Amino acid sequence: MPLLSLAIWLPILAGVLLLAFGRDDRAEAVRWAALVAALVSFAVTIPLVTGFDVSTAAMQFGERHAWIGRFNVWYMLGVDGLSVWFVLLTAFTTVIVIVSAWEVITERVNQYMGAFLILSGLLVGVFCAMDGLLFYVFFEATLIPMYLIIGVWGGPRRVYAAFKFFLYTLAGSLLMLVALIYLYYKSGGSFDILAWHRLPLSMSAQVLIFFAFFFAFAVKVPMWPVHTWLPDAHVEAPTGGSVVLAAIMLKLGAYGFLRFSLPITPDASHKWAWLMIALSLVAVVYIGLVALVQRDMKKLVAYSSIAHMGFVTLGFFLFDEKGMGSELTTSGAIVQMISHGFVSGAMFLCIGVLYDRVHSREISAYGGVANTMPVFASFAVLFAMANVGLPGTAGFVGEWMVILGAVKVNFWIAMIAASTMIWGAGYTLWMVKRVYFGAVANDHVRDLVDIGKREFAMLFVLAVAVLAMGLYPKPFTDVMHESVSGLLRHVAVSKIAR
Amino acid sequence: MNWQAVYPIAPEIALLVMACVVALTDLWIPGKDRIVTYCLAQASLFSVALAQLWYFYGGATYYAMQHMVVADPMGHLLGLFSTLAMMTTLVYARPYAASRDLLKGELFTLSMFALLGILVMVAANNFLVVYLGLELMSLSLYALVAMRRDDTGATEAAMKYFVLGALASGFLLYGLSMMYGATGSLEISEVFKAIGTGRINRAVLVLGTVFVVSGLAFKLGAVPFHMWVPDVYQGAPTSMTLLVGGAPKLAAFAITIRLLVEGMIGLAVDWQQMLVLLSIASMLLGNLAAIAQTNLKRMLAYSTIAQIGFMLLGLCPGVVAGNTYSASNAYSSAMFYVVTDVLTSLGTFGMIMLLSRAGHEAERIDDFRGLARRSPWFAGVMAVFMFSLAGIPPTVGFHAKLAVLQALVSTNVPGFIWLAVIAVVLSLLGAYYYLRVVKVMYFDDPVDTHAIEGARDVRIMLSFNGAAVLLLGILPGGLMQLCEQAIVRMFAT
Repeated sequence: MPLLSLAIWLPILAGVLLLAFGRDDRAEAVRWAALVAALVSFAVTIPLVTGFDVSTAAMQFGERHAWIGRFNVWYMLGVDGLSVWFVLLTAFTTVIVIVSAWEVITERVNQYMGAFLILSGLLVGVFCAMDGLLFYVFFEATLIPMYLIIGVWGGPRRVYAAFKFFLYTLAGSLLMLVALIYLYYKSGGSFDILAWHRLPLSMSAQVLIFFAFFFAFAVKVPMWPVHTWLPDAHVEAPTGGSVVLAAIMLKLGAYGFLRFSLPITPDASHKWAWLMIALSLVAVVYIGLVALVQRDMKKLVAYSSIAHMGFVTLGFFLFDEKGMGSELTTSGAIVQMISHGFVSGAMFLCIGVLYDRVHSREISAYGGVANTMPVFASFAVLFAMANVGLPGTAGFVGEWMVILGAVKVNFWIAMIAASTMIWGAGYTLWMVKRVYFGAVANDHVRDLVDIGKREFAMLFVLAVAVLAMGLYPKPFTDVMHESVSGLLRHVAVSKIAR
Repeated sequence: MNWQAVYPIAPEIALLVMACVVALTDLWIPGKDRIVTYCLAQASLFSVALAQLWYFYGGATYYAMQHMVVADPMGHLLGLFSTLAMMTTLVYARPYAASRDLLKGELFTLSMFALLGILVMVAANNFLVVYLGLELMSLSLYALVAMRRDDTGATEAAMKYFVLGALASGFLLYGLSMMYGATGSLEISEVFKAIGTGRINRAVLVLGTVFVVSGLAFKLGAVPFHMWVPDVYQGAPTSMTLLVGGAPKLAAFAITIRLLVEGMIGLAVDWQQMLVLLSIASMLLGNLAAIAQTNLKRMLAYSTIAQIGFMLLGLCPGVVAGNTYSASNAYSSAMFYVVTDVLTSLGTFGMIMLLSRAGHEAERIDDFRGLARRSPWFAGVMAVFMFSLAGIPPTVGFHAKLAVLQALVSTNVPGFIWLAVIAVVLSLLGAYYYLRVVKVMYFDDPVDTHAIEGARDVRIMLSFNGAAVLLLGILPGGLMQLCEQAIVRMFAT
C-alpha cells in the first residue's frame, strides 16, 4: 500500500472537501469530519514506524512515478530514520490542533480546519520527498496555508506578521531554488536527492550551494540573526498556528540541513562549521537571555524555541573525526527536534488555554493560576519542566546527548551550550512562578474555570508523549541509529572532484 | 483552383470569411438578440481552434503563397492558444459589455479581425506578412479600446495606444527595411541564410536589429518602451483590456521568435544583450511600480511588464558562445511562460469583470476587500491566480519561472547564473503586491456587500480557468512537452 502517498494526500483531500462543502451553519459536522480525517491520516502513519526496518540506512516505503518528463522530475517518496518520526509527529500534531480549535474557532470553521489538514499533508510531503523539485514544491506550498492561518485568525498585528513570515521564508527559499537548479544541471539533469548525495563537486561550487541552502534553512529554523519573523508570527498566529509553526515548521529547516546541506556539500559544511557553531551558540545564549526579559508569554516561548533550535543546528555541525562525538550530537539533535515538537506545541497549547479564558498573553495579567486551575497548572508545570530539560522528560534526552557529544569535540563549546540549562531554567521557571504560583492576582484569575474534558484529553496525550520519550527514548534512537551513522560516514568523506 | 496551396492557410481564410459573415449578419439582428452574433462568433472561433488542433497533431510544416506564410507546429500551437484565449475573453466580456452598452456587433467583428491578424503574424514567413498581420491586429485593437467614445479615460487610452503603437510599428518597419536593404530579401529564411554567409555589412545589420528589437519591445510592453501599458490597461474598459492583454501577447511572442530566432539568430549575440537589459529593466520597474498601485488594473499592468521581463529572460540563453545546443530548451521555456501567463491574466481580468456590476467598476484593489466572506469560491480562484503570478507552487506560475531559470542555469555561464539570481530576487519583490491582493480578500472585512451576481457562463469559465492554473501547476508536464515539440520541430525545418 502506498502509505506515504496516503499520508500526504488523505489530509489534503479531506481539507479540500471541507473547503468545498463545509459551511458555518454545519460547524459541528465540519469539526467531526476534520477530526476523523486527522485521526485516519495519523493512523495511516503508524505502520511506518511499526514496519520500519531499523537495520538499514536506506530509504523505505519508497514510491516512484514519473511526474514532469521534460525535466526528469519524479514523484519520488521515501523515509529513513531521519525523517520517519517527523511524519508521525506532523500527523499527531494535526490531531491535537483540531481538538484545540474545537470550541475556540467559531467563524469560518471549515476554512480553519481545511487549512490545517492541507498544511499537514504538505508538511508530510516535505519530509517524504526524495526528489529535489518535489521537496521544493511542498516546502513552498506550506507557506500558503500558514499565511492564511496567521492572517485570517491571528491577533491585532496579524497582517504584518503574515507578510513578514511569507516574504522572509520566500526570500530564503528562492535562493535554494537556484541551487536546486544548479545541482540539477551539475548532475546531468536529475533532481534525485540521493544522486546528489553522490555527486562530486568542487569546493567553490559546494560553498555557493551550501550558502544558498543555508539561507533557506536558516530562515526556517530560524537561526540568529534571521529569526526576527518568528516571534511576530508566533505572537499573532492563532494557537493552532503557533503549535504547528513550533512543532513542525521549524523542523523543516533543520531537516533540510540533514537532507541537503550536510550530505550534498560535506566539505563546505566542514569548512563553514565554525560559522554554524557560532550562530548556534549565539542563539543558545543571547536568545536565551532575550527570552528572559519577555513580558508576553507567547514571545517568551517563541524565543525559547529559537534557543532550543540553536541546540539542534549545533548538534548537526559538531564534527568529531576521531570518536563517537558526532553520532551523539547528531542523534541528540534529532531527538531534540522531536521532543521540542511535543514540548513547544504543548507550551503553546497551555498559553492558548489561558488566552481563551482571559484574552491576554501578558505574564503580568496572571498570577496564582494554580489556585483556580489546579489540574491545568500541573500539566503546565510538567511541560515547563520539559522545556527546561529536567531529567525524565523529553527535553532532557536531546540536550544531554548534544552536550555529551560536544564535550568530546570541544570542551568550551560544550560549556557554553550547557549554559542553556541555566538560561532555560531561568526564563521558564520565572514565567511559571509569575503565572501559576503565588496569590491570586486579580478577578480574572479568580473567575477561571479549570480545563474541561477536551482540553484535558489533548494535554494528557501530550504529557504521556513527553514523559514516555523522557523515560524510554530507545525506540526513537533505535530507528534513527543506522541512518545517522550512515549520514556521518557519508559526510566524513570528501567529495571534492579531482 | 489549387487546393494544395490553400490548405495550409484554410483556418485563416475561414476566419476571414466568418468575420465578414458575422459583420453582415449582425446588421439584421436587433440589439436584444445580440446573443446570436455572439454564438456565431464563438462557433467560428471554435472551429478555427479545432482546425489548429488538427494541423498541430498532423505535425507537418507547409509553406504557402510563394513561401510568404508558413504553417508549422509552433504556429499552430500558438494559434490554438490565441484562439482559445480569444474565446475565453469573449465569454468574460459579454455580460460586462452588455451592462455597459458596449455589446455591439463590432466587438465581435473586430475581435475576430484582431485574431486574424494574430494568426497571420504567427504564420508569417516574410517581413511584410509580419507587418501586415501586426497592423491588422493593432488597428482592430485601437478601435476596440476606443469603443467607449464618451469616456475620457478610454479615449485617452485609445489615443495613447494608437500613437505609441503606430510609432512602434514605424520602428519595426524601419528595422525590417534595413534588414531588407542589407540582405536583399524579405523572406525570413532567406534573411537567415544571408546573415549566415557573414559577407554582409554588420553595422547595418546591428542597426536594423536595434530597431526591430525596439519595435518588438514596444509591442510586448518591455521597459523602456512600456509607457502605454499602464494607461491602456487602466483606461480601457476591462473587456478591452483583456483583449489587449490576452491573445496579443502570444502574437508578440510569435513574431519575436519568427524575426529574432528564425531570421536573425546569426545576430543573437547582439539581440541577446539587448533582451537582457530590457528584461532586467522590465522586472525592476514593473515590480517596483506595481507595489505603489491602488488600482488593480494598473497594478496588473505593471505586473504584466514584470512578467514580460521574466519571459524575455527565457529568450536570452538560446545561443551560448555561438552554439545553439540550448536553444530549444530556452525558447520552449519562454513559450511555456507566455502561454501560462496569458492563461493567468485572462483569469485575473475575468475576476475584475465578475465583480463589476452595471454602474460599478471593481477595479480598485479595495473592491476585493473581504471577498473570502462574500464568495469563498471565487476568493479561492483569485488567490490561485495571484499565487501563480507570484510563482508560488503548486500553481503553474512556479513551473513557468522554474523553466526559465533552468534554461539560464543550464548554460553554465556565470553571467546567466547571476541573471537567474537577480530574476529570483526581483520576483520576491513581486510576491509582495500579489500577496496584498490575497490579504485584502482574506484578512479584511468586506465593504461592498452586494452578492456576486455574474452570469453563469462567466462563473463556470472562471472556475475552469482557476482549475487549469492549479492543475497545470500540479501536472505541468503535458503542456511543457507540447511547447518543446513545437520549438524542436521549428528548428528541424
